[in-house]
Amino acid sequence: MIETSLPKSWKEESKPHKFCPGCGQSLALKILGEAIDEMGLQEKMVYACDIGCSLLSWDMFDVDTIQTHHGRVIPTMVGFKLANPNAITVAFLGDGGGYAIGAQHLVNAAMRNDKITAILVNNANYAMTGGQMAPTTLVNQKTDTTPNGREVSKFGNPIHGPEMIAQIAAEDAYIARTTSNDFDVCKNIIKKALQNQIDGKGFSFVEILSMCPVNWKMNAQESMDFIKNDMVPIFPLGEIKKSN
Amino acid sequence: MKKEFLTGNEAIVKGVLAVGAEMMAGYPITPTTEIIHYWSEEQTKNENLKFLQTEDEMAAGFATLGGVLAGKKAFTATAGPGNVLMQDPLSMAENMRLPIVLFVNQRGGPSTGTVIYSQQELNLSIYGGNGEGLRIVYSSSNVQEMFDNAIKAFNTAWKYRFPTIVLSDGYSAKTLVEIETYEPKEKNIEIIPSNAYLLNKNKKIGQYVNLRNTYNLEEELHTLLESHQKEFNRISAELIEFESYKTDDAEIVIFAHGIVGASSKIAVDALRKNGKKVGLFRPITLNPFPKNEAKEIASKAKKILVTESSMGQFERLVKNNLYGQTIEIETLLKPAMGISPEEIIKKLQISN
Repeated sequence: MIETSLPKSWKEESKPHKFCPGCGQSLALKILGEAIDEMGLQEKMVYACDIGCSLLSWDMFDVDTIQTHHGRVIPTMVGFKLANPNAITVAFLGDGGGYAIGAQHLVNAAMRNDKITAILVNNANYAMTGGQMAPTTLVNQKTDTTPNGREVSKFGNPIHGPEMIAQIAAEDAYIARTTSNDFDVCKNIIKKALQNQIDGKGFSFVEILSMCPVNWKMNAQESMDFIKNDMVPIFPLGEIKKSN
Repeated sequence: MKKEFLTGNEAIVKGVLAVGAEMMAGYPITPTTEIIHYWSEEQTKNENLKFLQTEDEMAAGFATLGGVLAGKKAFTATAGPGNVLMQDPLSMAENMRLPIVLFVNQRGGPSTGTVIYSQQELNLSIYGGNGEGLRIVYSSSNVQEMFDNAIKAFNTAWKYRFPTIVLSDGYSAKTLVEIETYEPKEKNIEIIPSNAYLLNKNKKIGQYVNLRNTYNLEEELHTLLESHQKEFNRISAELIEFESYKTDDAEIVIFAHGIVGASSKIAVDALRKNGKKVGLFRPITLNPFPKNEAKEIASKAKKILVTESSMGQFERLVKNNLYGQTIEIETLLKPAMGISPEEIIKKLQISN
């Protein structure tokens, strides 16, 4: 008999999960689930998801959860935290939610040093709607709305979210970029981002590079290679800001 | 109970404090901004009150919803273009039956329009958003009602769990008058308590709430909306409020809401002095609308005058609700402008 190793905080009834085969976002959520288990947060946290692919996680967890509108997951959790400062709040969103339609919320939450943890999945495209250009789409990367590849002259360069947020975040903010392909490193970073909130220090923000084989039109190996060879050189991994 | 000199915006804050509001998230916009001023001032005196000045009205609405989910009696306030952005969170509240309270002091539109006065946010407040207009909308005609309706709105929202909006306008918001303030218990008004949706204090270990506003199947959403509509229809009889003034023997009945209703009331008295049998029907709840009462009045009178500071938003609402009646309807429509009693008097003196 094969032993499965699903996080305890994953809701059994909603499994298998609803993400596409090979999706890096579901890996990120598995890593988050393990972090929740290991830190014992299941009973005292609130998980909120944006729409886009992340809405598929609305019933992913045995944790109190709320699914919001596109880009609005951060203010919803900011309001929740203001009302209940003891809650550990996680805002889970995509690169559209954080860097385009809800960019003002990310920027202002960072400026205010709101004590929430925002986890943003960067898969270099808008995946739920079928693979259009995102602010994170790489130069020359083909998407449904950039059939000839992203042209810098028309659409600029991909956004560097964590680096941008680090410029305005407070000293005790925690900001990092990781990838869900590297399970252990990613978990360590998510745990640090949660701990920063638990310690009441400041805003915590993690960008997770994440595979999207379906919209990238790649197989598993090609997707992993794309992260490693194409995305990581543009989006360097590591902790960008951490408090002591 | 006591007499106080207050502006409309102050009266709103006094009202929400009396009914136990605990949190406000808002973005400044004329003519509503003073509500944020007064609330932020109050929260410096009471650490149980929460306040957040947000980056925009969407954040204000969603942060308010976050507070509601955490169990706080939270509210926000806006106007005009801010009300447009507010439709995003209101639509979520309508889908999920979350009790958000919103104060709208109407300003001119469309677009940036003018900054003080209008009655052009009726459509937006009732029907805005990609939904069915299952919101409870009050219209205040003076500063006293801005206080009264602030108390009412919280109880309505938390009792019935539909988004609740109180419409007024910048004239009333900035006018300083004497009103009577009171604690709800002095008028035997019971305060409806609030409970957290997420991390409720009675939550048992191993029990979790997963909330959403997205549905997989068309049938699922259809069933949900039918149940919402059924509930809205059921509570409508309990909710509807209106002022019917000298309508019993009236040959002409003025239909107006908000401050134009107050103006019309003065016109009714003046016209009565000249022997003209005029009355006023003023819905206080625009949604749900006092349909049966309006129909009964329309079945007895000879003519209706609909007057409003809009091109016909209220007129359409009235006509929809009077469907089947054959009474003559005249209009005095002045979008973005105030309507004085004299104009109404003049209109009805030349009218037969």
